[in-house]
Amino acid sequence: MGSRASSLLREEEIEEIKKETGFSHSQITRLYSRFTSLDKGENGTLSREDFQRIPELAINPLGDRIINAFFPEGEDQVNFRGFMRTLAHFRPIEDHEKSKDPEATEPLNSRNNKLLFAFRLYDLDRDDKISRDELLQVLRMMVGVNISDEQLGSIADRTIQEADQNGDRCISFSEFIKVLEKVDVEQKMSIRFLH
Amino acid sequence: MLPAEPKSDVKMAWIYFPFDNLVCMLLGISFTVWFTLLLVFIIVPAIFGVSFGIRRLYMKTLLKIFEWATLRIERGAKEKNHHLYKPYTNGIIAKEPTSLEEEIKEIRRSGSNKDLDTPEFEMSDIFYFCRKGMETIMDDEVTKRFSGEELESWNLLTRSNYNFQHISLRLTVLWGLGVLIRYGFLLPLRVTLAFTGVSLLVVLTTMVGFLPNGRMKNFLSQKVHLMCYRICVRALTAIITYHDSENKPKNGGICVANHTSPIDVIILASDGCYAMVGQVHGGLMGIIQRSMVKACPHIWFERSEVKDRHLVAKRLSDHVQDKSKLPILIFPEGTCINNTSVMMFKKGSFEIGTTVYPVAIKYDPRFGDAFWNSSKFGMVNYLLRMMSSWAIVCSVWYLPPMTREEGEDAVQFASRVKSAIARQGGLVDLLWDGGLKRGKVKDTFKEEQQKLYSKMLVGNQEDRSRS
Repeated sequence: MGSRASSLLREEEIEEIKKETGFSHSQITRLYSRFTSLDKGENGTLSREDFQRIPELAINPLGDRIINAFFPEGEDQVNFRGFMRTLAHFRPIEDHEKSKDPEATEPLNSRNNKLLFAFRLYDLDRDDKISRDELLQVLRMMVGVNISDEQLGSIADRTIQEADQNGDRCISFSEFIKVLEKVDVEQKMSIRFLH
Repeated sequence: MLPAEPKSDVKMAWIYFPFDNLVCMLLGISFTVWFTLLLVFIIVPAIFGVSFGIRRLYMKTLLKIFEWATLRIERGAKEKNHHLYKPYTNGIIAKEPTSLEEEIKEIRRSGSNKDLDTPEFEMSDIFYFCRKGMETIMDDEVTKRFSGEELESWNLLTRSNYNFQHISLRLTVLWGLGVLIRYGFLLPLRVTLAFTGVSLLVVLTTMVGFLPNGRMKNFLSQKVHLMCYRICVRALTAIITYHDSENKPKNGGICVANHTSPIDVIILASDGCYAMVGQVHGGLMGIIQRSMVKACPHIWFERSEVKDRHLVAKRLSDHVQDKSKLPILIFPEGTCINNTSVMMFKKGSFEIGTTVYPVAIKYDPRFGDAFWNSSKFGMVNYLLRMMSSWAIVCSVWYLPPMTREEGEDAVQFASRVKSAIARQGGLVDLLWDGGLKRGKVKDTFKEEQQKLYSKMLVGNQEDRSRS
């Protein structure tokens, strides 16, 4: 596992990933080691089965949705770059990044992109809006068999009613942002590295 | 002409003869010296259970060399201004030990001023599951237990090096020397010893088997087993420190220990006599098993019998009830774990209702990784790796005996014993099943999470009936 860590990842690649995601050199090599240890087929890409082999992820009620976030539309394999791009959403926002010039491209771990990531967990068919049906399906994943259909339905209705502003009975991304404007997204959707 | 030839022939023969003789003599002497040394320094002490302390000196010298090697690598990396890959066994990300309820409440608190105790749904709840899931993708507690532990310093074995490009010439020479010593000298020596140990075990136990049952047979059988295991210990250059020997398992009890490799058996059995439990194998293992059981009763199960839990339990309890029989040695994890943690103990051995003697085994990974990754290496490959490492260094702690308390079921008892072993050995105590190495996790864990979350949406059962 570890012996391949630094030999297969070239310095240029590390620099590119550093620029794109903002992770540090040591964080990238550590995550590469993690990537190779998950890659049981040793072909440089991860499949959905590789993720499901993590027991703590398999018992997460939204495990399948999270795994899905790694795979772009219609693809079944994710390489290290894609892996890092998705993980980059959870990098903590550092102070020196907050005041950047508005011309530059938004970093992957901006508040907006973190909210977009969460939005996409709800948006099952990737049509940029959360319908009542989609909300129900995700709720069903989170609660299992413990709540009846009617109760779940009324919860979904209430949520859409509170969020929907343009009357289309769906939640768009801007409506989603409005509902969550006070939530501390920066902290709750960030994972801190120990080193 | 004619008389001249024989003269020259004789001359030639005269030159060859002593030379030939000399080579033979040298070979003969070196073999004798070699075997005498072997006998005096290794086999005789093994028989009597004493030690000259050579192995400990060897261990100290090696440690100094490893420290030097690691410093050189670090210096080399600094000179080239490169980053060094440093493994951390305590995890790479910060994980909060808060519960589902607390976390979700915190998320909701930051979002609105509503009363937190009314059960309802918030769209921000998803953040909790999302982040938890991502954390496990970056670093989880279970999958890393099934591969060898990463070391912080280099021990001159290629198999545990992550920073190839930083090795200087001097270090390469040292490493080359290490390879020569390990494969050229240590490996043949160890293989000879292993061969001796195993053959002696088979031959002597069969011989003891011919004696009539009684005190003499038991006494001889114990001596024979101990001697052969001690030779095997030296065949691995295992340096073992036993702690708290006053708690050694007694007849009629069950000894449980954490499992890292098949070598665990040799380590424990060279210090005490146990009845082994296991499946009947074919081949060499089968021969060893059959001869061992002639000298004293071990418990070998046929493959078909292993599935029958009642049969297994009955045979084990019959054995422990006979106080003349040796304590049973069992590894309740059921599979090899990499010695950084202890995983779920299977409750079978804790249902029998006798005294349990816990034993904690902790290997020092600096000298050789003892963990058997059975999905990566077969048994022969594994033994070869073991015999070509520097040494196997470990500590064994005999913990005070434990019995099942009132109102405690087998699962809780197993958990209690496991925690005691984990605490003593400095290992992480995990609730996860070692079977996850190969199998899938049960759905009940997911259902538990879903239940907990449902409570936050609709409250407890009593509230639900009202709405």
